[in-house]
Amino acid sequence: MPSLKDLRNRIASVKSTQKITKAMQMVAVSKLRRAQSAVEAARPYADRMETVLANLAGGMAEGASGPPLLSGTGANSRHLLIVCTGERGLCGAFNTSIVRLARETANALIAEGKTVKLLCIGKKGFDQLRRTHEKMIIDQIDLRSVRTITFATAQPIAKRVVQMFEAGEFDVCTLLYSRFRSVISQIPTAQRLIPPEIGPREENATAYDFELEEGDILVQLLPQAIAFRIYRALLENVASFFGAQMSAMDSATRNAGEMVKRYTLRYNRTRQAIITKELIEIISGAEAL
Amino acid sequence: MAGFHFELVAPGKLIFSGQAESVLAPGSEGDFLVLHDHAPVMALLRPGVVDVEDTAGQHSRFFVRGGFADVRAHGLIVLAETAIPTGELDAARLDQEIHDTEEDLADAPDEQKALWQEKLDHLRELKSAMKL
Repeated sequence: MPSLKDLRNRIASVKSTQKITKAMQMVAVSKLRRAQSAVEAARPYADRMETVLANLAGGMAEGASGPPLLSGTGANSRHLLIVCTGERGLCGAFNTSIVRLARETANALIAEGKTVKLLCIGKKGFDQLRRTHEKMIIDQIDLRSVRTITFATAQPIAKRVVQMFEAGEFDVCTLLYSRFRSVISQIPTAQRLIPPEIGPREENATAYDFELEEGDILVQLLPQAIAFRIYRALLENVASFFGAQMSAMDSATRNAGEMVKRYTLRYNRTRQAIITKELIEIISGAEAL
Repeated sequence: MAGFHFELVAPGKLIFSGQAESVLAPGSEGDFLVLHDHAPVMALLRPGVVDVEDTAGQHSRFFVRGGFADVRAHGLIVLAETAIPTGELDAARLDQEIHDTEEDLADAPDEQKALWQEKLDHLRELKSAMKL
């Protein structure tokens, strides 16, 4: 049985842990709010970009095959998976569920006899994937020093992906990240980046006049669309991360509270037991005289 | 006169959305003016200033870089990598843009170098035109 002093120490340490988790939760709440508004702010551009791409791709389908970034290389044997995870832990199953999706996707592709390469964005995913798929990881991009994600954060990543594609290092590129649905629900999602998933064309879309060559515009537009999709995934990921962290820290705080209650009860019982024991000793001592 | 719907969007936010009487856009092959019922056109924009005249005849000007103009039956959409009202543009900001473009030029594959070089020239031109 632990002594009173042990119990006191235990209670003090759980209480200070609770303070930390409570503070982390509050920080996550405020950061989540900011991340959510960033996701919202990116929506108009995303919608417009999708329509433009859908119209362009629809226009292309009738004639030529279009640039490889739009229609793919025609092959489907080498895959690049971009795995976006968080830079930090203490966020429940957030990182693990993305990594699980990545593993499943990679293993399914390998089982089909395809080559898989992995590009990790975020330290946690890299650490976990390294254990099972180390040979496939081509690089890890660290965003730890980036305080707020801007479009400029995504651009170098996109540039690199496009360069690799042009150098013929892969045929299909898929982006894995966690889509933010609500504070309690973040869905690990796979989105095909190259060739892009393109929505249906607008109904009354008319053929375009192109001021430049169609190809020239696509050459400029497609990398931007890719950069934007990566940017959007990173934003969603940040929002999901803080959402997951918030609920993880919330339940940690609640657990700590329960623990403090339990230990306090035990502490009081022990204290009373000691007092009773001392009284019995005194009374029986007095009687013996 | 009937206006048309104009939207200027940057990755971070919707900068302008509303009815416009006319929009003067800096196309890569020369400036063009979009009015009501313009034929559908897809054009690349060079770094420059987009001038919007709204239905009340008020002009607002935006500096745009890395943009695409998409003219369709129901309006004009400009997708820009950067878009800021000209009032907020200053020499430091423009220098930053020039610097970014220089980096892009250095990174670009050979066949695209000319395109970036052109963009860089436009930016420098703009800088001298604005006497910053």
